[in-house]
Amino acid sequence: MTKIEAIIRTSKLDDVKEALHEIGVEGMTVLEVRGHGRQKGHTEFYRGQEYTVDLIPKTKLELILSDALAEKAVQAIMTAARTGKIGDGKIFLSRVDDVIRIRNEERGEGAL
Amino acid sequence: MVKTLMFGLAVLFGMLAGPRLAAQATSPSVESSNSGTAIAKPAESANDRLARLEQQVADAKGSADNAWMLTSAALVLMMTGPGLALFYGGLVRKKNVLATMMQSFGMMALITVVWALVGYSLCFGAGNSFIGGLHNLFLRGVGAQPDADYAGTIPAQTFMIYQLMFAIITPALITGAFAERMKFSAMALFMVLWSLVVYSPMAHMVWGKGGLLNASLGGLFPTLDFAGGTVVHVTSGVSALVCALYLGRRIGYPKTPMPPHSVVLSFIGACLLWVGWFGFNAGSALGSGSLATSAFVATHFGAAAAVIGWCAAEWLRNGKPSALGAISGAVAGLVAITPAAGFVGPMPALIIGLVAGIFCYWMVAKVKARFGYDDTLDAFGVHGAGGTIGALLTGVFASSAINPIFKDPKGTTLASGVLEGNPHQLLNQFVGVAIAWVLAAVGTLVILKVVDVIVGLRVSEEQEIQGLDLSQHGEEGYYWEVSA
Repeated sequence: MTKIEAIIRTSKLDDVKEALHEIGVEGMTVLEVRGHGRQKGHTEFYRGQEYTVDLIPKTKLELILSDALAEKAVQAIMTAARTGKIGDGKIFLSRVDDVIRIRNEERGEGAL
Repeated sequence: MVKTLMFGLAVLFGMLAGPRLAAQATSPSVESSNSGTAIAKPAESANDRLARLEQQVADAKGSADNAWMLTSAALVLMMTGPGLALFYGGLVRKKNVLATMMQSFGMMALITVVWALVGYSLCFGAGNSFIGGLHNLFLRGVGAQPDADYAGTIPAQTFMIYQLMFAIITPALITGAFAERMKFSAMALFMVLWSLVVYSPMAHMVWGKGGLLNASLGGLFPTLDFAGGTVVHVTSGVSALVCALYLGRRIGYPKTPMPPHSVVLSFIGACLLWVGWFGFNAGSALGSGSLATSAFVATHFGAAAAVIGWCAAEWLRNGKPSALGAISGAVAGLVAITPAAGFVGPMPALIIGLVAGIFCYWMVAKVKARFGYDDTLDAFGVHGAGGTIGALLTGVFASSAINPIFKDPKGTTLASGVLEGNPHQLLNQFVGVAIAWVLAAVGTLVILKVVDVIVGLRVSEEQEIQGLDLSQHGEEGYYWEVSA
């Protein structure tokens, strides 16, 4: 099983969600986050005082999927979230040892 | 069942209709006895009739004036709460929102009590050139009878409650300078003393009977201050600067960004301030006549022009006009037009507003950064600077056509401002402004020393980082609930 953590543009969330539903992804966790990579932040002025905001608001998706579905999901996210400009985000993949459904203690891929 | 219900309704109807029927039966006899007495009464003499009419006219004018003055008093209170509380509350960080609002709200309670006991007497009681006497202690002699020296058509009590609202908002304005770092206990003690030591003498000098600067009651240096440019804004603004310098900067200022936590709250507050200011300035006509209209118009135009001035300056420098800039500009314009409101026409009001908008922007954006003082919410940059420029420009633009305040012994109207041919007035305005600056600076410094010795001014470093909401009041403005 694979854990996908994708940091994307907030404006692309709906497109990504739709693309994931189309390939059969049934569940996800979405977080509002702030951070920065190579994209520069912006400046704000309050009564002439300048503040640099380098932590930019982004959206983070977390999905745990079977390995077969995970590869398709990565493709779907990349296609839906891309604008081609700096700031499109990143996808992190990692292995997941086990999954437990709290309701009935089911384990492994069946619990996904 | 149905029968019982019908019977019940019938009884009810009978009870309701009964008295009315009885009244109708008796009314004709009442009317006839009335007309009988009217015929029997001796004819009223023309003089009596005139006297009676005059009294009725005076009563009607009194009622009209009183209605506007009570409305104005309520509007001015609305400027402090919720107006200023929201305006300032939105500008601080989230952890200090309630403490900041409490500083404004606290004035509504504290200064009211001080006013009732001694404040009003020190401001408006007959006294010497500098301060009122103790004749009106505990509001003795302040009742339904008008005080002709101040406002001859409204009860003295209306005048008293109207002036109280000014005494409340003035110290509340200072709280912007020391926001996010002063102890609540120190703030309360400071404000009570400030109200007595700084506000009372200044208000008496400018507006009180026999005051040194009183323009309408023959002061030595007649300073034109319609609604409190010197009394309210210069005193509070200069005191704010002294407080900011004495208390020092907040931890982390200016390295750590401390942007407003909610410009939305500030926006609502500023709009309430703008509306409330009509009571502040037009109410200062102390009547509901054409002078109130003139002041109302000047107030509105001053605010509008200042929004444009501030936004234009900001647009040129930063590339964007901001919402915070627009509302700050409005307040700056309202401050500057305050002393001039009842003395200038609409066109000078536009000029005063425009100048104030640009000038105050420069004060908070450039001057503050240059000198590095932490006037947290720009009480000095907006009220001190705007009040000073407004008071001086009043001396330039004041017009006797709007308000014939200066008269020679024969009663002929004399010129008011510089443009009308009274250059001396600018000097008088300077004297008024200078006295306000010195009184505010010295008074505030002394009071700060005293309060510092008695209770200490600043919260501890730990409390400041934790936020004043929790450390001073034991509550949070935005409670984070774990379980929904």
